[in-house]
Amino acid sequence: MPKKFDAIVVGAGMAGLAAAYKMSSEGLSVVVIERGDYPGAKNVMGGVLYRSMMEELIPEFWKEAPLQRPVVEQRFWMLDKQSVVTSGYKDESWAEEPYNCFTVFRGEFDRWFAKKCEEKGALIINETLVESCIVDDGKVIGVQTNRPEGDLYANVVVLADGVNSLLGKQLGFHREWEPQQVALAVMEELKLPEEVIEDRFNLEPGMGTTIELFGQGTMGMVGTAFIYTNKQHISIGVGALLSQIREKQVQPYQLLENLKQHPAVRPLVRGAEPVEYYAHLIPEGGYNSIPKLVSDGVVVVGDAAQLVNGIHREGSNMAMTSGRLAAEAVIHACNMGHFDRDALSSYENELNNSFVIKDLEKYKDASHLLESNPRYFNNYIPTANMALREMLTVDGVSKKQKQKKLTKSILGKNGLFTLGKDIYQMWKAVR
Amino acid sequence: MHIVVCVKQVPDTTEVKIDPETNTLDRSSAPAIINPYDAHAVDEAVRLKEQHGGKVTIISMGPPGAVEVIKKCIELGADEGYLLSDRKFAGSDTLATSYILAKGIETICQDNPFQLIFCGKQAIDGDTAQVGPGIARRLLIPQLTYVNEVTAVDSAKEVITVHRKLDDGYEVVEAKMPCLITVEKEINQLRYSSLPNMLRAARYQPHMLNADELNADVTNMGLKGSPTSVAKIFAPEQRGEGEIIAGSNDETINQLIQKLSDQMAK
Repeated sequence: MPKKFDAIVVGAGMAGLAAAYKMSSEGLSVVVIERGDYPGAKNVMGGVLYRSMMEELIPEFWKEAPLQRPVVEQRFWMLDKQSVVTSGYKDESWAEEPYNCFTVFRGEFDRWFAKKCEEKGALIINETLVESCIVDDGKVIGVQTNRPEGDLYANVVVLADGVNSLLGKQLGFHREWEPQQVALAVMEELKLPEEVIEDRFNLEPGMGTTIELFGQGTMGMVGTAFIYTNKQHISIGVGALLSQIREKQVQPYQLLENLKQHPAVRPLVRGAEPVEYYAHLIPEGGYNSIPKLVSDGVVVVGDAAQLVNGIHREGSNMAMTSGRLAAEAVIHACNMGHFDRDALSSYENELNNSFVIKDLEKYKDASHLLESNPRYFNNYIPTANMALREMLTVDGVSKKQKQKKLTKSILGKNGLFTLGKDIYQMWKAVR
Repeated sequence: MHIVVCVKQVPDTTEVKIDPETNTLDRSSAPAIINPYDAHAVDEAVRLKEQHGGKVTIISMGPPGAVEVIKKCIELGADEGYLLSDRKFAGSDTLATSYILAKGIETICQDNPFQLIFCGKQAIDGDTAQVGPGIARRLLIPQLTYVNEVTAVDSAKEVITVHRKLDDGYEVVEAKMPCLITVEKEINQLRYSSLPNMLRAARYQPHMLNADELNADVTNMGLKGSPTSVAKIFAPEQRGEGEIIAGSNDETINQLIQKLSDQMAK
């Protein structure tokens, strides 16, 4: 038994397992420490897994991994109180190999992913909490767990310990997150027969859809709601910035109940049996919240590094990519025999050059803009609903007169200048 | 001292569901776990090993997936584990299972005779408590059932003293080793496994034995060797809703007496 490992990975989520898979594939001795009963037991996400980043680790994984449905359609709904403006995109080519993305249950998928890591030689230790990193002369040399004789040593520790990353905080890589840097999301699994799901969502057998809902779905708070189809379940959830949930004094379960009662959502979930309830924090601080990623003997990946693109609801893909890039840096460091900050710095460089940091940088002001300017959620979405209601309600009023009324109503509230400014700022934030 | 512990993989009965139409257990709905009594048996064996030296060997019969419970036993501190797995074992009742396990124990103890065999008092899926005593009978050794404390082990004299749980107390029993012990949960409090044991278990591959390797008579195994037949399985009917009688004491007592006498009259 080697006394010291090449790498210890803290946390068996997407990022940690991706790192463990890559490192053990290259022959490194790797141990993954997970506090849940099994990998995936404590992991929560809406449920969309992206094919491309997963395939960089395991080609054609969809042939054996436990997946729910390939996503063939993505819908976007803008909700007002009793109406909805819908748009979306459906593509037959997403129904065929190599697919675009899938819905998954993390409890199943992460377990399978961990098995693949074990096949490559990684050790997975469950039900074990890492309490702190062991630091010697400013360098991380191992971890201390809550088990008897629980100290473990390695050349590099990969922190994949999730959104709160208490270990990163202990090391001084970040401070306690502010409530506007995280979203609180709640979700439910609702059970329905397969055919009912396919009928309600207009799907071919086995295929899936996703709906992202803005506006009234979050009761006007900055956030999104979602509805994803699984084989025999619908995942429905809603998340909003913790700061706003606190300010409005909304209970998270009220958010979800409110969403399920919306006239556009109600028929989709009618008669479904709730089987699971989840709640989790999501990093929303984006580019500006990214903590220190590399130090002597340690790298930070996934949610622990706050790598989530809130605007495009992407997170698991960034987690996987960061885990893989961190692994490559560790492999490189092993070859050189040095594990200090310089030796591991290729992780940071590669991450900066990847879509992960580029996307986060692109949207670095978007969340903040949506939060600080309530008009996007509270005025423009209702206005879009109102405009379509006016134009599509046939009541004998001439279209020209309707247009006049619309223009007046849109400009009346804030004036042309404010509208122009808001459009410009949003364009600037996402361009 | 060589201690053998028999363990079983069972569905977690706190989560198992019953299909109301076919009256069968939906085993897929429940995760597989180590039978909780067996975990205490393993822990007790490991404690005795720590005091008296020796080796703890795990044996289980089950599908290939049952290697997971053997790995769990390694986490708890066991040294080796054997899984008896073969299609010929499928459908075994308690009689056939005790035969297969007894043959397995004889096989793995050929070069290292056992002094003690530990079992859980029963499995939580079948609740029969028959396999442990069956193994003792087949191996022609004494059995001590429902043990909640091991008070003394005299290796020189080869004598063990235990407390057996009774309905209204306990009895102190002494037996000559080798013997078989089935344990209650009170026998110990499970310890939190050490990290070295966790690492060892993560690496550990249990030994696999099939029917041919047991040097056993196949007519005593599986459905052929199982005289038990299940006539009917049913889920108990859901109890009706209770009723709360509110009001002052006198009123409610009278109402209650009225209701009870109505019930008796029916």
